[in-house]
Amino acid sequence: MDFLNAIVALSNFVIIPAVAYGSQLALGALGVTLIYGILRFSNFAHGDTMAFGAMIAVLVTWWFQSMGVSFGPLPTALLALPIAILGTMALVLFTDRVVYRFYREQKAKPVILVIVSMGVMFIMNGLVRFIIGPNDQKFADGERFIISVREFKAMTGLREGLAIKTTQGITVVVAVICVALLFWFLNRTRTGKSMRAYSDNEDLALLSGINPERVVMYTWLIVAALATTAGVLYGLDKTFKPFVYFQLLLPIFASAIVGGLGSPLGAIAGGFVIAFSEVTITYAWKKVLVYLMPESLEPSGLVQLLSTDYKFAVSFVILIVVLLFKPTGLFKGKSV
Amino acid sequence: MSDTVKNTALFAIIGVLILITGIMQSWNSALLILNMGLISAIMALGVNLQWGFAGLFNVGVMGFVALGGLAVVLTSVDPVGEAWAAGGTRVVIGLLAGAGTIVAAVMAYQNLAPGRLRSIVMIGILLGGFFIYRAIFDPGVAAVEAIDPAATGFLGGLGLPVLLAWPVGGLLAAGGAWLIGKTALGLRSDYLAIATLGIAEIIIAVMKNEDWLARGVKNVVGLPRPLPYEIDLQQSATFVERAQGLGLDPVTASTLYVKLGYSVLFSIVLLVIFLMAQAALKSPWGRMMRAIRDNEVAAEAMGKDVTRRHLHIFVLGSAVCGIAGAMMTTLDGQLTPGTYQPLRYTFLIWVMVIVGGSGNNLGAVLGGFLIWFLWVQVEPIGLWLMQLITSGMAEDSGLRQHLIDSAAHMRLLTMGVILLLVLRFSPRGLIPER
Repeated sequence: MDFLNAIVALSNFVIIPAVAYGSQLALGALGVTLIYGILRFSNFAHGDTMAFGAMIAVLVTWWFQSMGVSFGPLPTALLALPIAILGTMALVLFTDRVVYRFYREQKAKPVILVIVSMGVMFIMNGLVRFIIGPNDQKFADGERFIISVREFKAMTGLREGLAIKTTQGITVVVAVICVALLFWFLNRTRTGKSMRAYSDNEDLALLSGINPERVVMYTWLIVAALATTAGVLYGLDKTFKPFVYFQLLLPIFASAIVGGLGSPLGAIAGGFVIAFSEVTITYAWKKVLVYLMPESLEPSGLVQLLSTDYKFAVSFVILIVVLLFKPTGLFKGKSV
Repeated sequence: MSDTVKNTALFAIIGVLILITGIMQSWNSALLILNMGLISAIMALGVNLQWGFAGLFNVGVMGFVALGGLAVVLTSVDPVGEAWAAGGTRVVIGLLAGAGTIVAAVMAYQNLAPGRLRSIVMIGILLGGFFIYRAIFDPGVAAVEAIDPAATGFLGGLGLPVLLAWPVGGLLAAGGAWLIGKTALGLRSDYLAIATLGIAEIIIAVMKNEDWLARGVKNVVGLPRPLPYEIDLQQSATFVERAQGLGLDPVTASTLYVKLGYSVLFSIVLLVIFLMAQAALKSPWGRMMRAIRDNEVAAEAMGKDVTRRHLHIFVLGSAVCGIAGAMMTTLDGQLTPGTYQPLRYTFLIWVMVIVGGSGNNLGAVLGGFLIWFLWVQVEPIGLWLMQLITSGMAEDSGLRQHLIDSAAHMRLLTMGVILLLVLRFSPRGLIPER
């Protein structure tokens, strides 16, 4: 029984939150990795693209709520998601047209593009703060839990409860759908194949008649969809606050690099590696250990390896270790 | 128009802008802009060393600035004797144990043959060392933080004169930069960017959470300062007499006197660093750096140790940022880790360097002043603009209220637009590299 309790506690506090967080990171990292693969620069504006997408979703959700539209037990934000994706697509295509295309035509060095993306980051950040303000915004509605602690205890009779928030369930389901769609697109469709070809070898792709502008446009469209989805899911699961999205940049980049920049599969793996390490290292293990150890050995402290404030340090250390020992990442990304 | 005329004109414009602020708003805010402009110029010089000279992409400026700020607390605050007695030694031994663990792991990595044994030994050392470190360190921290947490709860500093904190800030930042440079330099430029972004966040996280070090988010206030306090000046008869002789209100005169004093101090530091940077740029060392920047492969073929040189200049540039950070904390008179924001302390400095002209020290200084002036003044200008735009709307219109409230966020937008415009139409900046 104690063993079961330990497993339940572990899933409640570590596995379920880490899976949800990992899916959000994976979606974010997929965007970063696609931009890197096709446009060949690290997009510092990605966090703020997520914030922008989530902001539109928040605004549309409020509008729906004011009209009395709801999605039953699911959050209204899911209904707003397609509109938000369209809005973000318009924004990124506009930035590409006005800002990035000039440097692409000039064949500017990647580091110049990174600095340019810094400028875009400023503007998007300013836009989001301008429109919705820098504060926390709540927009989650619908059922709070798929299983609440009380229901779970009544169902199983265990001492530990297990709660699965609706947002966590939705995060995983939506992420799986997104990833499946993305891989189907990349592997099965003509455009997807031309994208991969372009990412592998630009010159060869150009020789075989692939239109680079088209490839770039599709990349931005996909990235906008992924970033918005990731942003909305993160906002639903935690809370929407513009600055938080900027801070997500570090774990997202860490995920993309750990998996191997330019490799979509790696981005997903990296997202989960980072999420699980962050949660396990900052979790206070006392609760789990109390069930597993004999009473005499029970830990007195919280058995927390690092305080939660250091979660960025975790992604950072993993990043450094990977960079030092396996610079191309787990899945053989690019190393230009 | 020769370069000298153009540059003088550009700097004259900045001077006029600050003068206008003095006349239109107040001389106090004009001097504040000048002082922060001087500090920004030093930070921009630091980043220019790294980016302009060597092409190193450091987006961790905030971390090095914060380390400089920390140095002010560690040098100038009086030591808290009780805290040292309660757990100071323990904390120090704990830190040494932690550092020893890392050194041991690195030595194991270097001395053992690659293979499974090495990995196991390394992981063993790291895990074991971590628990030993926590076992020594945690009780010490708890003891230190328990000492009068509302007022102290930290170890305090060395109680040295605050001016000494400025070079110490540089040293501290240099130490941090050496550690990060040792690991992340030699990788590609994007990776250095991400690594520095991360280290900056971690430095801030440490400063926010390690209360024994500098009280964390409880802040250290009332730092000693190199200049007299306004209140003392107002009470000194000679000062009041002199102020009245100049036709000034003694209160205003005292604030102006202190701010001017800072301006003089900061100008001296800026001048020294600027001259050193100029000398470095013109020296064979500077030429070598630019050669490496322009063509790493060729420089390496000429026998230059690129990674080592990069490490040098990375440490130097970060040290300059650290000095500026220490100066800023001295000016504020308090260390507030919660106020360090990457947009303000990292990316804004980058805007300064790019707009001013990367690779040109004079340009970096100009960018520092200009962008800082805009950063401060965009808010009132934005507010005025919004009031102008919305003046036609109804008094109680929600949109009008929102627009006026949001005017404060105009500065980020403006900075982004300026950066993109300069990159597009004048990529070499206002004063280009020669």
